[in-house]
Amino acid sequence: MPTTTLSPRGTTARSTTIALKLLMAVTGLVFVGYLLLHMYGNLKALAGEEAFNTYAEHLRTFGEPMLPYGGLLWIVRIVLILSIIGHAYAAFRLWSRAGAARRTRYDAVKTAATSKWMRWGGVFLLVFIVWHLLHFTIVKISPNPDKQGIDITANPYQLVVASFQVWWMVLIYVAAMIALFMHLKHGVYSAQQTLGWTMTPKAHGRAKTIATATAALIVVGFLIPPLSIAFGLIP
Amino acid sequence: MNLTLKIWRQSGPQDKGQFVTYRVSDISPDMSFLEMLDVLNEELNAKGEEPIAFDSDCREGICGMCGLMISGHAHGPEKTTTCQLHMRSFKDGETITVEPWRAEAFPIVRDLVVDRGAFDRIIQSGGFISANTGSAPDAHAAPVPKTAADRAFMAAECIGCGACVAACPNASGMLFMGAKITHLGELPQGQPERDARVVSMVNQHDHEGFGGCTNIGECSQACPKGIPQDVISQLNKDLRTALKHGR
Repeated sequence: MPTTTLSPRGTTARSTTIALKLLMAVTGLVFVGYLLLHMYGNLKALAGEEAFNTYAEHLRTFGEPMLPYGGLLWIVRIVLILSIIGHAYAAFRLWSRAGAARRTRYDAVKTAATSKWMRWGGVFLLVFIVWHLLHFTIVKISPNPDKQGIDITANPYQLVVASFQVWWMVLIYVAAMIALFMHLKHGVYSAQQTLGWTMTPKAHGRAKTIATATAALIVVGFLIPPLSIAFGLIP
Repeated sequence: MNLTLKIWRQSGPQDKGQFVTYRVSDISPDMSFLEMLDVLNEELNAKGEEPIAFDSDCREGICGMCGLMISGHAHGPEKTTTCQLHMRSFKDGETITVEPWRAEAFPIVRDLVVDRGAFDRIIQSGGFISANTGSAPDAHAAPVPKTAADRAFMAAECIGCGACVAACPNASGMLFMGAKITHLGELPQGQPERDARVVSMVNQHDHEGFGGCTNIGECSQACPKGIPQDVISQLNKDLRTALKHGR
């Protein structure tokens, strides 16, 4: 049998896989906070065109004159960009590590569905975010053949309504929300565990409940506006 | 009982290995899983074939030496060690797949035997308390709250069998390490080296090639001692504290 001798090596807390997990947990919680705000804004669509567009404009004038026009929005965007870089970096590092940690698969073990949902679901959400930004922020595309032109694309409310009157757009967004639900259900629990907030079996159960509730709240809140438009409740 | 066994055979660390199917008959339901393998090995010996190599020692479920992946479950379908698993847990005529623990950090020595030296090296890197030897101090010299003593005992039940690593989708050793960190961290004697311990143990763990934890919970399900997930939370918290202390 090989002997078990240790070779001394430099060791810091920052170089560990747990530090990577902490990075993932903290950036993940940044996203949860952002999603709650984003969801609140979306629900303004139920209050009508003026309320929705005023809210969108206020996001840009928030903090004036201390901040320039759109200043707060850019601060939020930079935080989100840094968070997504950190989140994805940690995820892919740990993913490749996990692959290298077991090169020979078991014959009779099935991989836990949760881990597949987290990883492939996360990749899907990343692709979705790119599409979503192109759709509503960067390019502002109206997929509705009946509603084209600057009147639609320059008006946030009209662009939202025009988009969700198209069935396949609703489908994309519903699919993304299913993936988001699965991601948050495990992710919010996992973040609490990684941050060391679940030290007793009771706290453990509570963390799982918080995660499912957060995931359900966010997903239902996000689905209300598009489904209301798709079913004609918002004209 | 008559059973079909699909067992992993590998002549050495460099061998590619493959599954070989064996049939055993007249197995008593009261036999342990390892006794059933003993019966098979006696038959193989009689035929002049190489017996199947597997680890075992106390056969009482307390040493942590045995451990097989049985039909996709670490230590089989019951919450116990392989040696304490009995054949009554299986159906007559069943086909059972027997595999070694699979993790790059646990290289296969032969057939179903893996080298778990990685666990020893994790312990060596910090899973201990440095104390002057001499006569034992008075039992009441260092008071320990009952809840802390209970939790330390619960974590100390870990026998280091490696089922957590075997069951983990990432082949992570976090449950094992969490048990050790919780065990020592709950006691006053463990405090002076607390930060240094968690940092060296986790670094050694990562260096050995174990995966990271994704909080799936397969480890606790597989653990014959039922060590819960909250020891991993403790481990994470201890590392976070060490990070805060600038380690």
